[in-house]
Amino acid sequence: MAAPEHGGGLAIDPMHQFRIERLIPLNIGGYDVSFTNASLFMLIAVALITLFTTAAMSKRALVPGRLQSMAELSYEFVANMLRQNTGQAGMVFFPFVFSLFMFVLFLNMLGMVPYSFTVTSHIIVTFALASFIFIGVTIIGFAKHGIGFLKFFVPSGVPLVLLPLLVVIEVISYLTRPISLSVRLFANMLAGHTMLKVFAGFVIALGLAAGWLPLLFMVALTGLELLVAFLQAYVFAILTCIYLNDALHMHH
Amino acid sequence: MDVASAKLIGAGLAAIALAGAGIGIGLIFGNYLAGALRNPAAAPAQFGNLLLGFALAEATGLFGLVVSFIILFVF
Repeated sequence: MAAPEHGGGLAIDPMHQFRIERLIPLNIGGYDVSFTNASLFMLIAVALITLFTTAAMSKRALVPGRLQSMAELSYEFVANMLRQNTGQAGMVFFPFVFSLFMFVLFLNMLGMVPYSFTVTSHIIVTFALASFIFIGVTIIGFAKHGIGFLKFFVPSGVPLVLLPLLVVIEVISYLTRPISLSVRLFANMLAGHTMLKVFAGFVIALGLAAGWLPLLFMVALTGLELLVAFLQAYVFAILTCIYLNDALHMHH
Repeated sequence: MDVASAKLIGAGLAAIALAGAGIGIGLIFGNYLAGALRNPAAAPAQFGNLLLGFALAEATGLFGLVVSFIILFVF
C-alpha cells in the first residue's frame, strides 16, 4: 500500500509494517520473482510447522509428553472438524486441511511477534489460497457428480417462477466464495495490526504522563489479536470443510 | 470541498459499516449466552458454531473497514 501523504498527525505510520521489501532481488524472464520478506516468513512458518510436528512425534511415547500432546491435540482438532463437517468421505482431504490450518495459524501467530511480518495481511496471499481451494473444490464436485453437480445451483422445493432468479443468486453466491474467504482473513489481519500500531502511536504521542493508559489497552488488544489469529485460521479451515462437504454431498 | 477532506469524510463514512458488525457480534454472543443458560448441557457442542458466526459477522463489518483503508491509502 502507498504511504499516506498527510500522515494524519500520527507519530508513526501504521501502514509501514505491511511494506514488502526485496531481500534477494530476482528477475526471471521479465517477471519480478524476488525473494521478499513475505517469502522469508512463509519459509519460516513451513520450517516451524515441520520442526514442530516431527520433533513432537519423534519419540512416539504411549503416554504423551507436553510437546507430543500439542501435536496430538492439533491433529485431533482438525480431524474432528473435518469429520463433523464432511463425514468419513472427507477424511481423504485431511492432509490438505491440516497443512492449510497449520500454515494459516503459524503465519497469523508469527505476525504477532514484534518486528515480524504478517504474510496473511496481504490480499494476494489469502486470495491465492482461497482460489486454489475454490478451484479444487469445484473440480472435486464435477469429478464426483459429473455434470449433475450443476444441480447444486438449483434449490429444491422452490416454485418454478422463482427458479431463474434463485439460480442466478446461487451461482453468484458460489462465485463470491473465494472473495469472501480471502477478504475475511486479510481484513481481520490488516485491521488488527493497524489498530495495534495506531494505539502504539498514541502511547508515544502521550508520553510518560498519560501514555500508560493506551499501553494498558494495547495489552488487552494483543490478547484479542492472539484470539483473532487463532480464530481466523479456524474459520478459514472450517469454511474449507464446509465447501468440501458441498462438493462431496451436495445437499443444502 | 477539496479532495483531501472529501477523502477523509468518505473513509469515515465507510467505517460506519463496523456498527453493523458490532450489532451482529452482540446478537450472536447474547443469544448463545441465553441459550447456554437455558440448556447448559447443549452449550459446548455449539461453541464451534458460535465462533463461526462471530467470524462471519465480524467479516462483513471489516469489508467496510477495508473500503475505508483503500480510500485512505490507495487513492
